[in-house]
Amino acid sequence: MGITAGEAVMARDRLPSGPPELHVLAVDDSHVDRKVIERLLKISSCRVTAVESGSRALQYLGLDGERASVGFDGLKVNLIMTDYSMPGMTGYELLKKIKESSALREIPVVIMSSENILTRIDRCLEEGAEDFLLKPVKLADVKRLKDSVLREQGEEHKERRSRKRKLQDEYIPASPCDLSLTPTPCPSPPSLQPPSKRHRLLNVD
Amino acid sequence: MDSAVLQLQRQLSDYKTSLYNEGFLDDQFTQLQQLQDESNPDFVVEVVSLFFEDSERLLTELTKTLDQHSIDFRKVDAHVHQLKGSSSSIGAQRVQKVCIYFRNYCDEQNVEGCLKCLQQVKNEYTLVKNKLETLFKFEQQLLAAGGSIPMQ
Repeated sequence: MGITAGEAVMARDRLPSGPPELHVLAVDDSHVDRKVIERLLKISSCRVTAVESGSRALQYLGLDGERASVGFDGLKVNLIMTDYSMPGMTGYELLKKIKESSALREIPVVIMSSENILTRIDRCLEEGAEDFLLKPVKLADVKRLKDSVLREQGEEHKERRSRKRKLQDEYIPASPCDLSLTPTPCPSPPSLQPPSKRHRLLNVD
Repeated sequence: MDSAVLQLQRQLSDYKTSLYNEGFLDDQFTQLQQLQDESNPDFVVEVVSLFFEDSERLLTELTKTLDQHSIDFRKVDAHVHQLKGSSSSIGAQRVQKVCIYFRNYCDEQNVEGCLKCLQQVKNEYTLVKNKLETLFKFEQQLLAAGGSIPMQ
């Protein structure tokens, strides 16, 4: 059981043009919605893995407790889009599990819902959701989402590179000139802070 | 251009327009058509087929659930919610609208209201199913005659 590497490869082969820039894991119990979101993502040049439940999603991500998350680099997930109302584990519960996992918490999670309930939206954003999309999801929503995820990835990458350069070029002892004969200890690298999550204004029509 | 093709194109276009005017379909159906292309020429038919399958299953479940002595309204609501979702996803506007009323009756635990809505949603589903099948038939005829389906 579970998505095989072969199925993931098949999904990749049907892309319209260019290499896939993001691998998206879509979670929805509705057949119809899975098919639609899959098409929206493929048109947007994303690789898609679509599963029908939160537990299948966790299984795919290697978080089901039955096997280690080692060896998933080839199928690394860059974005998770999940329906809110699902039988069994809701999208909110899935979001929480992902954010509680040290291995997975950096993956942006987007919640999709047909219901425009402010308390629900707030709760999801507070729990760390990247965005909240109203169904039916449009192509414009997917494009906007993809751009913002790629931009954040790009910023994180640049930030890591610039920190590395700083460490290499600017090796300056942290403490001011202390002419004692005790050797100054190696300055520790600056603590790596994850980029702060921006609460996005919701796209209200 | 072939006059038969022109005629078929006109027939298709008029029929489609009527479906929108009568509220059977809304903009979401147009969105789906825009996702179809040469690499995925059957996308709309495939999605709509899934909708038919899902709806028939849900309507059967709803009939069973509402036929019980002691009705589980949470179950009824869950099914109607699913039906509302999938009809919204393909743009089946009239089905979606009945589902909204249906859910209100569920909240009130109003058996009579629910039964009325069940009948109504079955009617609306049958109507939109027939309409969509006719639409697809017109498209097939046009393609068979050598025409192409105009982008709405």
